[in-house]
Formats: sequence, C-alpha cells, structure tokens
Amino acid sequence: MKTLSISLVAAAIALTSQSAAASRDYIEVVGSSTVFPFATVVAERFGRNSDFKTPKIESTGSGGGMKLFCTGLGVGTPDITNASRRIKQSELDSCMANGVTEVIEVLIGYDGIAIANAKSAENYSLSRKDIYLALAKQVPNPDGSETMVDNPYTLWSDVNPELPAKAIEVIGPPPTSGTRDAFVELVMEAGCESFDFVKAMDKDTFKAYCHGVREDGVYIEAGENDNLIVQKLEANPAALGVFGYSFLEQNADKVQGSLVDGVEPTFDSIADGDYPVSRPLYFYVKKAHMGQIPGVAEFVAEFTDIDTMGPEGYLTDRGLIPLDDDAYEDVTTRANEGTPLESL
Amino acid sequence: MTQTTETVRASLAKRYARERRFHMMGLLSVMASGAFLVLLLGNIVTKALPAFTTTYVKLDVPLMPDVLRLDDNPDADAIAKARYNRAVRQGLLDLFPEVSSRSEKRALYQLVSAEAEFTVAEAVAGDPELIGTRHSLWVLADDDLDTYRKSKKLQAVPESDRRFKDFQVAWLDELKAQERIKTTFNWVLFQNGDSREPELAGVRGALVGSFYTLIVTLALSFPIGVAAAIYLESFATRNRFTDLIEVNINNLAAVPSIVFGLLGVAVFINFLHLPRSAPLVGGIVLSLMTLPTIIIASRAAIKSVPPSIADAALGLGASRMQAITHHVLPLAMPGILTGTIIGMAQALGETAPLLMIGMVAFIVDVPQGITDPATVLPVQVYLWSDSPERAFTERTSAAIVVLLVFLVLMNAFAVYLRKRFERSW
Repeated sequence: MKTLSISLVAAAIALTSQSAAASRDYIEVVGSSTVFPFATVVAERFGRNSDFKTPKIESTGSGGGMKLFCTGLGVGTPDITNASRRIKQSELDSCMANGVTEVIEVLIGYDGIAIANAKSAENYSLSRKDIYLALAKQVPNPDGSETMVDNPYTLWSDVNPELPAKAIEVIGPPPTSGTRDAFVELVMEAGCESFDFVKAMDKDTFKAYCHGVREDGVYIEAGENDNLIVQKLEANPAALGVFGYSFLEQNADKVQGSLVDGVEPTFDSIADGDYPVSRPLYFYVKKAHMGQIPGVAEFVAEFTDIDTMGPEGYLTDRGLIPLDDDAYEDVTTRANEGTPLESL
Repeated sequence: MTQTTETVRASLAKRYARERRFHMMGLLSVMASGAFLVLLLGNIVTKALPAFTTTYVKLDVPLMPDVLRLDDNPDADAIAKARYNRAVRQGLLDLFPEVSSRSEKRALYQLVSAEAEFTVAEAVAGDPELIGTRHSLWVLADDDLDTYRKSKKLQAVPESDRRFKDFQVAWLDELKAQERIKTTFNWVLFQNGDSREPELAGVRGALVGSFYTLIVTLALSFPIGVAAAIYLESFATRNRFTDLIEVNINNLAAVPSIVFGLLGVAVFINFLHLPRSAPLVGGIVLSLMTLPTIIIASRAAIKSVPPSIADAALGLGASRMQAITHHVLPLAMPGILTGTIIGMAQALGETAPLLMIGMVAFIVDVPQGITDPATVLPVQVYLWSDSPERAFTERTSAAIVVLLVFLVLMNAFAVYLRKRFERSW
C-alpha cells in the first residue's frame, strides 16, 4: 500500500511539472567552457543587482551549445549560447532552418592560450614553427625534399638547435575541447604555413597535414580540466602544458609561460595582439527571446556594460582580455540596438 | 606407520607454510586497501581543511547620507537602494588615507568581498537608525586575502609569483595590528549556493539538489524494483520470456551510465518536455540506472527467505499476496534495503548522465522543488575543480568531504533500518 501511494505521488508530481515547463522566469545560457568562468560572474552579479532571477549557465562546449541553441525558439530552448570561436555558416544555417532567424552576435573579448612549464624548469622560447614541428603527426621531410614524413623528432634540440636537448613532452586538451581547436588553428596552422610547399597545397590536404597532432605518446591528452594540467606540470618539470591564460595568471607561483615568437604571455601582450596565440570569445542571443523571457535584454546590457567587459571592467580581473575602444564601441552599439547577424 | 601417513607428515611443514602465506596475502590485501583509503582520505581532508575557515575584516562604515547618496528623509525603498558600496569603499579609505592612485584604490577595495555592501545593507535594513552614524561591523574578506593568510607556502614565494602583492600584505599586517582581522568557521560554505567568488561559494544548492534528486530516484526505483523482484521470484513461470527479462536486467546493470543520460534527453526532455536541469529528470534517469541493482539484490534477498515460511502461511489459508506482504517481504527487507542503499550511493556519485540533461550548470539559487534548476554534489565538485581561482582548489576538497559525509550518513541510516528489520528464524 505504502509503495503504491509513493508511486502515485511521483506520478502526480511528474504531471504537474508539465505545466512548470510552459513558462520560464530565468535566463538559460549554454555553451563554451572557456566563456563559462566569465559568463557565470556576470550572471551572478546580474542576479544580485537586478530584480530578475540568476541566469542558469550550462557548460556544454561551443559546439554542443550551438546545437542546443539552434533547435528552435521557445521556453524549452536556451536564450543565449557562449562560444570560444565564431559561429559557423553551417550552424547559422541550421538556426535559420529551425526558425531562429535573428541571432545577435556579441564579441566579448579575447583569451590567450599559454604554453607553460613548471617554475622549477627553464623557461622556453618557442616559435610557432618549433611547436608545429614538435607536435604535428606528419612534418616536412628533414632532408629538405618536399615530402611529408611521420614526425621523427624526439628532442626539442632536434626541432631547433637553439632549444635544450630535452625530450618533447606536451600535455594538452583533447580534440573535443575549444582550446584544442584554437591551439591547432593559431599555432599548428601558422607553423605549417612557414613551409611554402605545404602552404601551396589545396585546402583539404593542407588541413589534413596541419591539423594532425602526434599520437605516439609525445602529446598527452589531459582532459578538459586545466587545473589538472597545472598539477601535472608541477609534478613533471620536463613537460610543457597547453591551457588558458587565466589559469597561468592564477598559478603564477607554480608555472611559467613560454615565450611564443619571442613574446611572453602577459595581459598586456595579449591585449595588444603581440602575443600570437589568442582567440576571440563570443556569445549569441536570440532576438525573439528578448521580449519573451524576462531579463534577457537587461542581461545583455549588463554583459556589455563598460564596467563589465570594458578595459577596466570586472571581467578583466578574471583574466578576460578586453576589446580595444573602437571594437568595444561597435560591439555594444550593435548589441544594444539588437542588430542581428546577417551572414558571416 | 603407513606410507600415506608418512607422505602427509613430510608435506605437513610445506602445507602449514602455504597456509600462512595464504593468510598473510589476505591480510596484506586488506592492509593495502586500508592504506590507500587512509592516504586518499588524508589527502582530501588535509586539502579541505583550509576551506572550513574564512577571514573577516572589521570596517568602520560611514553611513552618512551624503556617502550613501540619500535625501534628508529617505523612505524604506530609498534606503534599500542606497549606495552601500560607496560606504564600504569610504570605510576602507578611512583606514588607509594615504592611498591615492587609482590602481592602488582598486586593490584596496578588493580587500573585502563583493558581499560586503550587502552585509552593510542588511545591517541598515535591520536598524535604519544607523544612518548618519559610523557603524563598525565584520565583513567577509576577499578570497585572495583569505588564501594568502592561510597558505604558508604562498607567503614564502616572491612577490611576482602571487596575486596578493607586497603592498597588500602591508595593509593586511596593518589590519592585523589594529585587530581588524578574524578567522571563523566558514558557515558560508553551508549557507550559500554556488558562486564565482570563492569566498561566497557554498554547497547548499548542490546538497539540496542531491537530496531532491535522490528522493525522486528512491520514490521511483524502490517500489518498481521491489515489485519486479517479487513478480520474478514468486509469480513468474520460468519460460523463454522471463529468461529474456532476466538476461536484460543483468545487462542493464552493466550499461555505461552516460547512455541513460542520452535516453533521458531523448525521452524525458525532447519528447515529454520535462524541464531541463531539474532534479525530477535527474531522478528519473538515475532511477533507471539503479533499478537493475535493486532488482538483483531484492531477488537474492527474497530467494534467501526459507520457502517453508511462505508454505506455512499458505497452508494456514493465507493468500499469496498475504504470504508475501506479511511474511516473505519483511524477512527479505534487510537484504532489499542493502541493495537499495548500494544503488542510491551509486546514484549519489553519478555525474555522466546528468551532463546530458543539463544538470552540469552554474546555478546560484538554492532549488525550491524538484522542477527548479539544480545541480548535485559530484557536479559541484567537478565544476569547482575546473575553476581557475586558487581558492576553489580547497573548496573542491571540502565539497568532496561533504559528499562523503552525506554518503556515510545514508549508509548509517541503512544499517539502522537493517538492524531494525533483521529477524532470525
């Protein structure tokens, strides 16, 4: 009897909750795990300082966020998605096909990717070509002929005689991560392009050669947790690690950033664009939800406020590299006027 | 002596030695697992300890109307919306009047948590008479200050390697000298939901979320699991069909949990339109996962009740339902409860299926019911472990400790229930 009544109650609860989904009084945000630490700060402040509820933010990854975002309009779908790269044409098309015709794009700033090692080890000065040669699955033949061979290098000094004769060992994110995408695009591709004959290849072959990362144990995939990479570097001074700049900033007593093309990863060098490995961070809003879900327009206004993502906004304390004045002006006017994205 | 006895005698020493080795191996295994457990727990607890204390700073906050930007006769609404952050900042500046540059001022304001202005606002809301006076009260310190104070290691490293710079250390020493710094138990950790400010982050939201999720799981999987076990043990005839069911239940117990998450998304969220990120859906998904465990354990428990007991009841004229509900089930209950608790403990520690249904999320507000967005304890551990702020490292361990305590309490409750229901026959 008792068990029967419990299951009846459960069924009743399940039925009543149907109606709960019909309206929503909080904002739903999904998307990139890189933008997550910034978006959550804004959401928390927004919840405290306004009469609206604190937005709910899910960390689904850029691609997963786009997929959820583009499933359609309505309370069952997210209002905003964060991305650590720009929306792709295919994603925009799928949005349009599902009725999400007006998407507002907001560029919030930049994030640097650091290549770092333990403080107890010596500081490296790498070029993007060095990194490419050390980590690519296939590299141009070292004998100078214009062919590609499986990566033969084991020591940094094999790659570049000026580097120490230490074994190459790099701990970094797995292919599912946005950080990895950006790393491949900004470092590996750039390194690849330093070889003219590779640069001259057609697009697909170029991609196939330049996006492949070694799978012979030299590049170690450490999962999406950047804190874990920092811990592993501390325990293993011989290794280099690839992770977001904000983790370097917070752990400056444990790890040091390698120079890339002669530039140290610092707040200023990333903001100036001197440091070559930085990527844009975005969020995308459904214009149709702005009147429908309470607080969406206000949340966008809070996010784009000068005190939030401006040059001295509170997000810069969290490691966000802010936009320059012109770009900021441009982004905020478009966001607040609600100008939707036409095409890429 | 016969030859057999001689052979036995000759091999006796060897057999005793083997016996001892076997005994030692067992003991060593127990000791090894014990040592690992102690190491693991010791590591987590020592890492978690700093998170259980927090630092407060005493400020003399000037609650003058001109600082708060208030009129002469403000109404309650105006008082609620007054600029308390200005009062906090002025309070800090009064302590260190020599600070003048913009960047130094910014650093000074960051000695105290963003919570400070709300603490002041609450004090004023409680006693509006305070306006116009200089009120001294304790406010939460910022996590950088707190972490620096608690970490001997951080105090030893050169200035360039830490976020808390030497001029801030000088302020801290000055505050200490004026007895304006105190350390207390970190109640915030248990009172607040999640936050991106480490000093304000707490596990309450996750704790409540875990509780609601487990309630839903229990309410669904216990009755269904027990009923299925009774049917399979007492009513079902053995045929191809029941064999198929049996094989499937055993297979289901071995399915990776993320698969249940995918099913949850497809059926409960996309098809039935239940809310995302809610303990309701989390509980349903987890109950799918725990069902096989409960069914298998319940069947074993029911099977272990001597058939003579049910036979005697039937012989005295009880119906089958009476024989089961009055005799078999009460006697099988300790075993069923053990299985249930094992299943629930599994559910408590699960994150993978919850990822798919949106419970891996930043949620500040403590959930009020099973349809509110919520997260659970293991997800909170996961989210904090991935946060860049240093102070979250110790809070991650603290959340693990809370999760373990929750688990121990659940198990203790199960042991108590088992003791109560246990009967000998």
